[in-house]
Amino acid sequence: MSDSARLVVEGLRARVEGKEILNGVDLVVPTGEVHALMGPNGSGKSTLAYTLLGHPNYEVTGGSASFDGTDLLPLAADERARLGMFLCFQYPTSIPGVSVVNFLRAALKAQGKEMPAREFLRTLSAVMGELKIDESFRSRYINDGFSGGEKKRMEILQLALLRPRLAVLDETDSGLDVDALRTVAEGVDRVRGTDMGVLVITHYPRILEYLRPDAVHVLHRGRVVVSGGHDLARRIEADGYDPILGAGAGTAAREGNP
Amino acid sequence: MTMAVTVEAHELTKDYKFGFHDIDVSVFRTEKGLSPEVVAAISAHKNEPEWMLKFRLKALSHFRKRVMPSWGADLSGIDFDNIYYYVKPTEEQSRSWDDVPDSIRQTFDRLGIPEAERKFLAGVSAQYDSEVVYHSIREDLDKLGVLFGDCDTGLRDHPEIFRKYFGTVIPANDNKFAALNSAVWSGGSFVYVPKGVRVDIPLQAYFRINSDNMGQFERTLIIAEEGSYVHYIEGCTAPTYSSDSLHSAVVEIIAHKDAHVRYTTIQNWSNNVYNLVTKRAVAYEGARVEWIDGNLGSKLTMKYPSIYLMGEHAHGEVLSAAFAGEGQHQDAGSKCIHVASNTTSNVVSRSISKGGGRTSYRGHIKVHEKATGVRSSVRCDALLLDEESQSDTYPYMDIDSPDVSIGHEATVSKIGDEQIFYLMSRGLSESDATALIVNGFFEPFVKELPMEYAVELNRLLAVQMEGSVG
Ligand SMILES: Nc1ncnc2c1ncn2[C@@H]1O[C@H](COP(=O)(O)OP(=O)(O)OP(=O)(O)O)[C@@H](O)[C@H]1O
Ligand SMILES: [Mg+2]
Repeated sequence: MSDSARLVVEGLRARVEGKEILNGVDLVVPTGEVHALMGPNGSGKSTLAYTLLGHPNYEVTGGSASFDGTDLLPLAADERARLGMFLCFQYPTSIPGVSVVNFLRAALKAQGKEMPAREFLRTLSAVMGELKIDESFRSRYINDGFSGGEKKRMEILQLALLRPRLAVLDETDSGLDVDALRTVAEGVDRVRGTDMGVLVITHYPRILEYLRPDAVHVLHRGRVVVSGGHDLARRIEADGYDPILGAGAGTAAREGNP
Repeated sequence: MTMAVTVEAHELTKDYKFGFHDIDVSVFRTEKGLSPEVVAAISAHKNEPEWMLKFRLKALSHFRKRVMPSWGADLSGIDFDNIYYYVKPTEEQSRSWDDVPDSIRQTFDRLGIPEAERKFLAGVSAQYDSEVVYHSIREDLDKLGVLFGDCDTGLRDHPEIFRKYFGTVIPANDNKFAALNSAVWSGGSFVYVPKGVRVDIPLQAYFRINSDNMGQFERTLIIAEEGSYVHYIEGCTAPTYSSDSLHSAVVEIIAHKDAHVRYTTIQNWSNNVYNLVTKRAVAYEGARVEWIDGNLGSKLTMKYPSIYLMGEHAHGEVLSAAFAGEGQHQDAGSKCIHVASNTTSNVVSRSISKGGGRTSYRGHIKVHEKATGVRSSVRCDALLLDEESQSDTYPYMDIDSPDVSIGHEATVSKIGDEQIFYLMSRGLSESDATALIVNGFFEPFVKELPMEYAVELNRLLAVQMEGSVG
């Protein structure tokens, strides 16, 4: 397993706006596996995603993170993207005046994945069809005036076109209708066992029923406090976080802290 | 063989690809500085009628009486005594590029003008210093009675039309720089579109300053008769000299009933040109006038394209984009004067400041007392690329009628971290991400340009953006 592309995070600490949010995250996502990351609101899931992707406002104060053996921490966001990392944003930002089609071409070009114009347009049409995104979205401005679900679809569209090697989906399922959710899940399922790893951040078991994750991790106060199989997610759904994050979780957190 | 020697003024031109200049090939120039003698010499050299000489001399006295405008940008760097007011580059005006002297033709070749003409223009006029050295118009338009030449030719060959309109929209005493232009004007364009004629593809005029310490004072007069349509495009560049040049044009547009005139400017003067231009249109009943005004170059630009909405249902549109880099001040804006009822105007201004550059928006909406059913909307957005840069807005409303609907919105924003991160997370470098956002910001402007100009503008922007990050 050590040779395969994977994300390895050890004791990662990060702060934003002077506030410590990640307090020593340990996490491994091997190639070809689908992992779920759960945890209460504000536990640091999105912060972990941003930190892994290199958001400049998230300052790493300790630990390490590598992808495919490459130390991520010295790299800027664009360099990480070019290594094959991708984030489906929880709240995608809009960029008025920049059309979806121009943006997608620029992104493909930046990643050395340019296609001839005709092939690009064909691929784009196919993926948009699958995601039930209207053709008119090509010339719309990135996320400008998009509905919540449309934004999420646009993230998946980029995922499908850019074909990263590690995809972090930050609550991509919230806001998607049932059909779109199934399409996304099927898409993710298709890459299972290939050279792509997936980390799915979610609050809902529905997407996990589709995805049957290889592992489920629970983040609490900036640390992964429990890991388990798919049944861990089902337990959380049934009983909430309290039984899991009780005294045991607190101890685990302290134990990991030298 | 060509004798042209091209000199690159390296340290100033690093970002400006039009900074080269040719050796001086001028055949006549007035002495430096401004006097009644200089004005008379220009007029005599052009064999003008008596009325024009009088007009010029009167304008000169207006110019001398008027104080320098102090309400706006810093004009203290202009030395009126150190300027050549008239520099004639060639003996003859040519209708074929083959007849234009090699060195001058080469300049326009480098600027891509003859190529553009072949591909997508209905007519071209090329002014070099004080005179138009080349002009052409598509034969079919010529046959329909469309006139397109320089203003001197308009005065000489079409005196009835010319005299009827010249100086009526912008009188010589309108402001100090209009007075200056009126005293020493030369070249520019004279466009006349007869009733019902639609000029389907654009006419372009290109303005090039070549000489050091040169003042360019072109004069443009566009008359669109009832129901006609014309799109006129002007582009401008200059070499980068160590001393400043002055460009002070006057543009008058008359749009008769139901006429439609679009005037597009891509101003890309080098960063040592004072660009002080008066542009004004009158729109009669049902007419539509659009100023599409892009300002990227110059040291200082002061320009507020105006529209007087004189007849019912006339519509005015001012869409502008300005970019101010280090050492630049773009002081631009618009004026819409609603004289008649049921007139509408729409103003959209976008500006970007970078590296300590400054953009200002000055807008004036006036509604006359008896004008009812007037609608006007003004929107200006400024984008600052760094902490040193500056932008300010001076909106001015002067509404004497109760029955109006006026909207005004202004925003100033910094380039967004989240937008940059979003694009970088897709693999774009920081500079490519910034450039994409900047292009997007100018999109409402760029999408109004003919495709070739849109491409060129985005390319010019990319040049301006280089080195802005990292
Ligand atoms: N830019 C920021 N400035 C200040 N606080 C921040 C910032 N970003 C995150 N935080 C704080 O860090 C904590 C973790 O936030 P994060 O968005 O990572 O949570 P999350 O686990 O993704 O929650 P949710 O399930 O609600 O999406 C929260 O308390 C949040 O307020
Ligand atoms: Mg979150």
